[in-house]
Amino acid sequence: MTIKHVMLAGMAMLATSALAFAGPGPSGGTITGKVTYEGTPAKMKPIDMSKEPSCAKMYTTPPLAQTVETGPGNTLADVVVYVSAGAPDDAGPSSAAVFNQKGCRYIPHTLAFQVNQELKITNEDQTSHNIHPLPKLNREWNKSQPPGSPPITEKYDKAEFIPVKCNIHPWMHGNFAVLKNSHYSVSNESGEFSLANLPPGKYTITAWQESYGEQTQDVTIGGTEAKTITFTFKAKPY
Amino acid sequence: MKRLCIEKLYLVLVATLLLPVLSSAQEMESQIGDLTGHADQGRPLYYRYCWGCHGARGDGNGENAPYVTPSPRNFVQGTFKCRSTPTGTLPLDSDLYNSLYRGFNFTNMPSWKTLTKQNRADLVAFIKSFSPRFKTEKPGDPINIPAEPALTVASIQHGQELFQKLECWKCHGQEGRGDGPSASTLTDSNDQPIRPYNFTSSNRAKCGSTNQDLYRIFMTGLDGTPMPSFADVIKPDEAWDLVHFLRTLQVYNKSPELTMWEGTKEGAAIVNAKKVENTYTGSGIKP
Repeated sequence: MTIKHVMLAGMAMLATSALAFAGPGPSGGTITGKVTYEGTPAKMKPIDMSKEPSCAKMYTTPPLAQTVETGPGNTLADVVVYVSAGAPDDAGPSSAAVFNQKGCRYIPHTLAFQVNQELKITNEDQTSHNIHPLPKLNREWNKSQPPGSPPITEKYDKAEFIPVKCNIHPWMHGNFAVLKNSHYSVSNESGEFSLANLPPGKYTITAWQESYGEQTQDVTIGGTEAKTITFTFKAKPY
Repeated sequence: MKRLCIEKLYLVLVATLLLPVLSSAQEMESQIGDLTGHADQGRPLYYRYCWGCHGARGDGNGENAPYVTPSPRNFVQGTFKCRSTPTGTLPLDSDLYNSLYRGFNFTNMPSWKTLTKQNRADLVAFIKSFSPRFKTEKPGDPINIPAEPALTVASIQHGQELFQKLECWKCHGQEGRGDGPSASTLTDSNDQPIRPYNFTSSNRAKCGSTNQDLYRIFMTGLDGTPMPSFADVIKPDEAWDLVHFLRTLQVYNKSPELTMWEGTKEGAAIVNAKKVENTYTGSGIKP
């Protein structure tokens, strides 16, 4: 009886250590690449913040609008690249996605997070903002956030690209990309993105840019393959 | 054997008879106090009185819609201005009922108080049936409005400070004329220009005229418009102070707040300056 108990306990210990070793590692394939444009993109206008002196004084030269953000070598920043088909929906991380307001602009300009993931909105400015996302599928709310007030926490239960604005400062404009799975990336200043830990399979990869719309590519991943793809948007000068 | 067949036939018959009953049980209803509205009763009323603007599908694209500013409400989205529930949540049946009764100032939406109470309740039930949200979501919990504290000059003055601190003036203007620095850029959620409320006009606000209504408006926000909710950033007693101050901005509305404010030296100076400089509609242009 006692021997049996000891053996059982030993087996349980072995099983737990085996589980610990089999934890998620850097397995699966990777898709990396760049988002570029061809043609002439619209020239972004400098933002006139003179109506909000507390923000205007934070800049030596007026910042530019961000509806199209170009980088070196005809690249595009703030493009959401995500797996739109081929991967199952999964629960988002328990950490919150943070959307900050600083210098009367949204940081980041485009925030990608998952369905039902916590969204935390903060205000670092010395002025009141109202956060007014304009969803079509999700419920619409509009909240005031004066300086020094606590962060606003919210959630979205449907996948959608949502424009965000502040009615008090009409130049403020950003995007929420609410996505169904954890395989997404937002391109950086040099247009680079990376989707890691993809199990073998056939995927549809979609790139979304707020002014130029969507592009898709099908990519098949086998084993721990690393693939490189490029998305090229047609830029319009108007 | 034959008897069994007949029994089966009976069962089928009973089932087919029950079907319409069951489906009508799923029909949208509204409950306003002890008044129950039924969507199937509201349907003919909607297609007589409402669809010209709000459209056959309730999406706000009726025949008259292109000529109406602000645009008629899109019932499919389930976003409503006048609620007693927090921002982003569905309104109570009584909120929609009150909107029908009240009508909307400064818009093409008239008051429907000529209809019977039952008619209005039926219409509320039918309007709810346009949005899938009413089938899956419950209305928000109505915000609590505590009893109004006694009116004092100090509370008006504190309200005046809050008007500055919360930057209400950015849209509503320093004197409440609706001409703040952001006013000219405001758009509603349909990207149509929209005006902030001009307090000096002293007209009834869109979502009601009582002090409780004013309190509710800035705690719930007016969804679909630039007016946000202040529920998370203002305490109940502060909110009442703000209500008292907002009343003094309505210089043509003889409210107890205005009378008390005019009784003070500071208040009288402000109110008189407004009356002289302002036109009734409050363009804000100084003579």
